[in-house]
Amino acid sequence: MKTIRIGSGAGYSDDRLEPALEIMEKGNVDYIVFECLAERTIAIAQQRKMKNPDEGYDKLLAYRMEQVLPLCSSEKVKVVTNMGAANPVAAAKLIKEVAEAQNIKGLKIAAVVGDNVFSEIDRYSEESLLENGRKIKDIRSSIVSANAYIGAAGIAEAFDNGADIVITGRASDPSLFLGPLIHEFGWSMDDAELMGIGTMAGHLMECGAQVTGGYFADPGYKDVPELWNVGFPILEIDEKGELLLSKLDTAGGMVTESTVKEQLLYEIHDPANYLTPDVIADFSQAEVQQVEKDVVKVSGGSGKEKSGYFKTSIGYKEGYLAEAEISYGGSGSVERAKLAQDIVSKRLERANVKIDEIRYDLIGQNSLYKDDLGQGDSAKEVRLRVAARTVEPEDAAAVTREVEALYTNGPAGGGGIRTSIKDIVSIGSILIPEKDVSVEVFYSEVL
Amino acid sequence: MKLREIAHSRTGDKGNISNISLIVYKQEDYALVEEKVTAAIVKEWFSETVHGEVIRYDLPKLGAFNFVMHDALGGGVTKSLAQDMHGKSLSSKLLDLEI
Repeated sequence: MKTIRIGSGAGYSDDRLEPALEIMEKGNVDYIVFECLAERTIAIAQQRKMKNPDEGYDKLLAYRMEQVLPLCSSEKVKVVTNMGAANPVAAAKLIKEVAEAQNIKGLKIAAVVGDNVFSEIDRYSEESLLENGRKIKDIRSSIVSANAYIGAAGIAEAFDNGADIVITGRASDPSLFLGPLIHEFGWSMDDAELMGIGTMAGHLMECGAQVTGGYFADPGYKDVPELWNVGFPILEIDEKGELLLSKLDTAGGMVTESTVKEQLLYEIHDPANYLTPDVIADFSQAEVQQVEKDVVKVSGGSGKEKSGYFKTSIGYKEGYLAEAEISYGGSGSVERAKLAQDIVSKRLERANVKIDEIRYDLIGQNSLYKDDLGQGDSAKEVRLRVAARTVEPEDAAAVTREVEALYTNGPAGGGGIRTSIKDIVSIGSILIPEKDVSVEVFYSEVL
Repeated sequence: MKLREIAHSRTGDKGNISNISLIVYKQEDYALVEEKVTAAIVKEWFSETVHGEVIRYDLPKLGAFNFVMHDALGGGVTKSLAQDMHGKSLSSKLLDLEI
């Protein structure tokens, strides 16, 4: 029975690199997967590419590859990553340059493209965003990116053709793991059950340390050993889809039935219908079993035939977000923060600042849940936060200015003002037929 | 007793939808949570921030429930004015529910 081992190398764009390198050195893995692309990241990357056609890939690509490539070569580990973001071809070129600079030979790099459907957006002008019903044609001038979530097929094809490193743009996260499985085991993509199992495995792995004790600890209730040194997960899976999750003995954290259950349900809606480009996966009958310390067997995953549609993320500009904060301390701090809120509110109103929505929080009191799970009015420190969305940048600036003015024109003892203004790039989605997207793979070699 | 004594939880987000898992430590507590922590109770508990439908999915083999809360994140991660725009901290509030 053939078995392969896949390590997680990153669970989000700015994730730690040390655990990935440790897995490559000591984990006896065949593949490592770096999942680095959030919904919004690609829209921002697309804007960088518009300014410079050689840009638009993950900003940490060079940093990561400088340390990863020598281990790919010495430990015979293949890499899958979506760090290509808006420009996988330029990313592949950069990887080649890093390899050449390090005198690493015999590397085949594959760039999987086709997810970017921005140039085709007008075909979908009558479609509405699933989140808020707004029509594509009505937000057309604000749209900055359109990327379909492509599946595992292009990744598997790249490995079939001998790639050592596969770099994608927007691909569904579990597909980054499913691709190597299809290649290694010769799984048919029409086998919904195997696609479902592979997708479940990928889903458990895609957030890095979130299955090995990261984002889990709650002292006294859920204690995690050596969390400071938490490791990333390792998937061991055979051609029948039997799978184990584990971590390195030398790394901190833990793999238990509880950590696996939390991650299995993370960002899931109906557990029986988890839609990806490859399959409609079914986790509803999943079971977990601790087979030894830090090794959990997961079974019961399955799937149904894919929908034939690709979810497509539309990035569009939606004005500006102004945020500003100021702290008050000692007795009476809550009253002074509330007075400051009232002052800012009245001044913005009289100045007729154009605001779509504004929100005031007292951090330490009500900023997370609005209601008062906080310490009441006797708190000895509190931080007023003002957040506003505006159409025009001048109005966003007016909001932050009024908070800054609290130094000399507000209640006593306010300090530590921080302000920021950001462009809002919102993300909505539409579904487009799979046949509208042509996935292609481009290869380059370091000889 | 707070829910925290018998269960753990993690929040996820997609657009303006938040999902919160609720997982019992001991299978023997599953029936109690099934009875007490209904979708309606959870909607009421989050009434200040959740404006849409709340659906509960049951996963008895995992000793788990998944609450999917619509219109729960102030318009969605990218435009929400909330400090915790992902609603990551909602799981901790769920565990503070008295049962």
